Amino acid sequence: MQAPAKQALPKQACLTLMRNRLAGAALACSLSALPALAQTTATPPSPVDSALLQAFGQQAGLQGLADDFVIRLLADARIGHFFKTINPKHLKKQLADQFCSVLHGPCEYDGETMKNSHAGLDIARKDFNALVEVLQDAMDAQQIPFAAQKGLLARLAPMHRDIVTAR
Amino acid sequence: MTFCPAPLLAAAGLASTLCCSFAPAHAATDKLLLTGGVSSIDGAAGGGLTPWAVIGTQATAGQWGISGFATAVSTQDYRLRVVGLAAAWNDRLELSVAQQDFDTGATGTALGLPGLHLRQGILGLKWRLAGDAVLDSDRLMPAIALGIAAKRLNAGGLASTLDALGARRSGNDVYLSATKLFLAPGVLVNATLRATRANQNGLLGFGSSTASAYRLMPELSLAWLAKRNLALGVEYRQKPDNLNPSALGHGLAEDAWADLFVAWAPHKQVSVTAAWVDLGAIVPAVKPQRQTGAYLSVQLAF
Repeated sequence: MQAPAKQALPKQACLTLMRNRLAGAALACSLSALPALAQTTATPPSPVDSALLQAFGQQAGLQGLADDFVIRLLADARIGHFFKTINPKHLKKQLADQFCSVLHGPCEYDGETMKNSHAGLDIARKDFNALVEVLQDAMDAQQIPFAAQKGLLARLAPMHRDIVTAR
Repeated sequence: MTFCPAPLLAAAGLASTLCCSFAPAHAATDKLLLTGGVSSIDGAAGGGLTPWAVIGTQATAGQWGISGFATAVSTQDYRLRVVGLAAAWNDRLELSVAQQDFDTGATGTALGLPGLHLRQGILGLKWRLAGDAVLDSDRLMPAIALGIAAKRLNAGGLASTLDALGARRSGNDVYLSATKLFLAPGVLVNATLRATRANQNGLLGFGSSTASAYRLMPELSLAWLAKRNLALGVEYRQKPDNLNPSALGHGLAEDAWADLFVAWAPHKQVSVTAAWVDLGAIVPAVKPQRQTGAYLSVQLAF
């Protein structure tokens, strides 16, 4: 991706990308730099999206999940060290927005792209797998039904291509 | 003639060489639960009966790992025991060894060979060529792997009969597998195409005087991830029927194999698979009934 992270794509291209590329494109359409475009609504939730949002307890539930997730990440022996310099409160909000966004909920994710935020961290596949496990633990603790867990994981999983950089 | 352990030792030697050439000094278990499949009866990672395009053990990319398994199958008239080891590197390459021991029971006696055990050693190599079975949930592309299983049969007292039928004592299966876990519904689909001339998976030798060509056999697995550590599935694999007809008429006819299985991983390093299997006809000249029964397998990964 050559464009600077914060440059927004034209609205129509953005929506088309999101229809075709799900999570990765939703993040690439980061809109934080342009307040006017930040009003743009993303693809409306499909019945599947709505069911998932319901299962996760809407935005409040997703925030609760993100909060628990971050606490677990910081404490994880395998990957906690990646988060040492991160502002936990900021990360909790960003993650909640990201979860909501990939489920096509009424939120805007205005953070960095996955590629940029993870560049130079030398993250390996085993680290990504560990993160998935921590997320599963958090979802279990929030008593999210396994069917819904699979749904969210399916939206997030392709991000491994932008996050895993270690050879 | 006892089974020559050389292939087993060579593979173990290779596994330990791989182990010592690559840091870190210990094997890894960083795959997500059940994503390495279980150990098939030929030793390769996959379902119980069929190899999948996943690399076994619990190690993931950039790691090496080892796993061991023991399997017991019991049908109305026969018993099969299998033990084996697998080593994996970088989630790309898998080396496996398996030793099968098939107790012919009353059929051996009927053939004038009481206490006959058919023993087969299998050396497997699998290479994941492309794709990722688990995380590319926004793409249809499956993981694709090419594998070979080099099999050698110790037929004991049955050797001369197999010679008379034109069935060789060793053979190679070559297969291509495509595997994908559809993450949202948690459904795994595997299709394998195997070039083989094994009779009863090799337990009755390879080919015959009337059918010695390699044939392409399709195999299919479907599994549903019910919980993080629990999968339910079904498998089906066609087999060539090279010994039918033979000098024994239809007496050595064989069928496709199938199973319904449950795989449970109570711990990252342990999985238990229980299945109901249908092994079809096995020497129907002596035992005409379809051989169905239970399958139990335990796999440990390090």
